[in-house]
Amino acid sequence: MGLDVRLPIGLMFAIMGLLLAGYGMLAARTDGAGLNVTWGLVMLAVGALMVWLSRRSRK
Amino acid sequence: MELIAIDWLILGVYFVFVLGIGYTLRRYMRTSSDYFMSGRSMPAWVAGLAFLSANLGAQEVVGMAASGAKYGMATSHFYWIGAIPAMVFLGVFMMPFYYGSRARSVPEYLKLRFDEKTRGLNAISFAAMTIFSSGISMYAMALLANLLLGWSFNFSVWVCAGVVLLYILFGGLTSAIYNEVLQFFLIVFGFAPLVFIGLQRVGGWHGLQTALAEVASSRGFADGAWTQTWSIAGDAAANPMGLEWFGIAMGLGFVLSFGYWCTDFLVVQRAMAANSMSAARRTPLIAAVPKMLFPFLVIVPGMIAIALTQHADTSGFALPLKADGSFNYDLAMPMLLVHYFPHGLLGLGITALFASFMSGMAGNVSAFNTVWTYDIYQAYVRSGASDRHYLNMGRVATVVGVCLSVAAAYVANRFNNIMDMLQLLFAFVNAPLFATFLLGMFWKRATGHGAFFGLLGGSVAAALHHGLTLPHAASVGVKGGWIAVLDSYPSEMAQNFWTAIYAFTACFALTIAISLMTKPRDERSLVGLVYALTPRESSHEAAWYARPATLGVAVLVAMILLNLLFW
Repeated sequence: MGLDVRLPIGLMFAIMGLLLAGYGMLAARTDGAGLNVTWGLVMLAVGALMVWLSRRSRK
Repeated sequence: MELIAIDWLILGVYFVFVLGIGYTLRRYMRTSSDYFMSGRSMPAWVAGLAFLSANLGAQEVVGMAASGAKYGMATSHFYWIGAIPAMVFLGVFMMPFYYGSRARSVPEYLKLRFDEKTRGLNAISFAAMTIFSSGISMYAMALLANLLLGWSFNFSVWVCAGVVLLYILFGGLTSAIYNEVLQFFLIVFGFAPLVFIGLQRVGGWHGLQTALAEVASSRGFADGAWTQTWSIAGDAAANPMGLEWFGIAMGLGFVLSFGYWCTDFLVVQRAMAANSMSAARRTPLIAAVPKMLFPFLVIVPGMIAIALTQHADTSGFALPLKADGSFNYDLAMPMLLVHYFPHGLLGLGITALFASFMSGMAGNVSAFNTVWTYDIYQAYVRSGASDRHYLNMGRVATVVGVCLSVAAAYVANRFNNIMDMLQLLFAFVNAPLFATFLLGMFWKRATGHGAFFGLLGGSVAAALHHGLTLPHAASVGVKGGWIAVLDSYPSEMAQNFWTAIYAFTACFALTIAISLMTKPRDERSLVGLVYALTPRESSHEAAWYARPATLGVAVLVAMILLNLLFW
C-alpha cells in the first residue's frame, strides 16, 4: 500500500506527546503533573523515531 | 469524572488520525481483493500487530483486569498456556494451508477442503457471531462511558460506531489493519503509566505480593493464591478459579485457545493479508511476543486494584460494589484510570480504552463484510458478477454490519437474557471447531460428511454437557442444568472448559467414524489443503531468525520461562 503506517502513527504520537508535555509544564503543578511531562516526552521521542523510520525507508 | 480541555484534545487528535488513515487509503481500494484482503500486501510486522490488536477489544482489556482482581496472576494461563502455543501452532503448522490454498477466508478453506455445507454452516454462524459480539462489546463500552464520564448510551454508541463505519467504508481491511497497529501502540502507551503508578502505590512488586497474600488468606486460600500460577493448580479447591491443572491444560490450553486462535477468521484474516507465505507464517509468531507480555499490562492492574482495596483506609482506593454486595470487578481498570491519572494522562487513558474498543469492533466488521460477501452473497445469492459489484457489496455489508451491531447493542441494553442465551449458543457452535480443522489439515481421509456431522455432534455434546451440569451456587437456567443437574463444578470457568473438552472429543470421534464410513475424496484434489499431500516448502533460504520454526521455538522457550518465573 502506498501509505507507510509508521508515518501517521509517528505523527499522532508526536502531537499527543507535545500536548501532554506542554500541558504538564504549563498547567498548575497538581499531583502527578510531572508524569505528564515525562510520559509526553517519551511519546514525542517514539513518535519522532517512527516518522524518521518511515522517511528513511522511502529513500 | 469530568474531562477537561486537554483530555478532549487528546481524544480529538486520535479521532482525526483514525479517520485520516481511512480517508487516505480510499484511493488504493480498486478491487475486491484490495478491500477484503489488503491485496495480500502487508509486511509481517504490520499483520502481526493487527493480528494481536483485532482481538484486543475493550472486553479483553477490561475483562482481563477484572479476572486479575478476581483470580490473580493465574489469569495469565489465558496467555502463557492458552494463546501462545495456539499462535505458534497456527504459524508453524496451519498457515501454509490457509495461505497456500489461496482461500480468501476461513469458511472458504472449509469449502475447498470439505464441501459446501460445511462452509455454509461455518460462514453463517461466524457472520452472526461477529455482529453479535461487536454489539455486546459496544454495549459494555457504552455502559462504562456512562458510568465513568456520564456520557449517554446513545452518544457513545453512535460516535464509536460512526467512526469505525467511516474508516472501514473508505479503506476496507487495510484501513482496519493500519488503525489496529495504531491502536496497539496507543493501548500500550495509555495503560503502561497505570502499571507504573499502581505499583508505586502498593509498594512495588514486593508490596503487591504482601497485600495479595492478605487478600488470599482472608478468603481461605494459601498466601500465594493471587501471585502464583501452577503451584496452586494441583487441586481445584486450592485456587479462586476452581480449576485443576488438567482442566486448564486441556480445556483452556488445548481446546478453547486452539479453537479460537487457529480457526477464527477475525484473527486469521490478518495473517492472510500478509505479503508472502513466509510473512503470513511469521504473523502469529510476531504477535506472540507482545501477547506474552500483555499480562503485565492488563492483569497486573487488576491485581493492584484488589490489593489497594484490601488497604482501602490507607490507599484511598476501593473497588465499587455491585447491588448484591460483591465487588464489581469489571471496573478495576477504569476506576484505577480515573482515580490515579492526572488530567492529560487521563485523556490518554480514556483514548486507549476507546482505541481498544474500536480495534475489536473494526476487527469484527471487516471480518463480517468479507465472509458475507465471499461466503454467503457470492456463494448463495449472486455468483459470477463483476469484481466491482462485489467491492460495492462489501461497502454495503460494512454499513449493514455496523447498523446490525448497533441494533445488537440496543437489544443487549434492553434484554440481557437474550444476549446471555445467544452467547451460550455461539459457545456451543464454536467449541468443536478445532477438531474439524485439525482433522481436515492433518488427516487426508476426513470427508465432508464427517466434518459437517462431526461439527453438529460436537455442538450437541456441548449443549448436553451444559444442560446436565451446574457451577457451584448458580441457579438453573442460562448457567446450566436446564435438562437435569447430574454434576456440579466449583466455578463457571471450570464448567466452560469441560464443555469445550466434551464438544471437541465428540466432534473428533464422530468426524473420524463418519469419514471412515463415507467415500474418501480424490487425493489429487487435496494437494495444498492437507499436510501429507502438500510438498514441504523449504524455508532454508531465509535467514535463520526469520524461519517460522526457529521463531516458534524461541517463543515457546520464552513462554516456558514466564511460567516458571510465576510458578
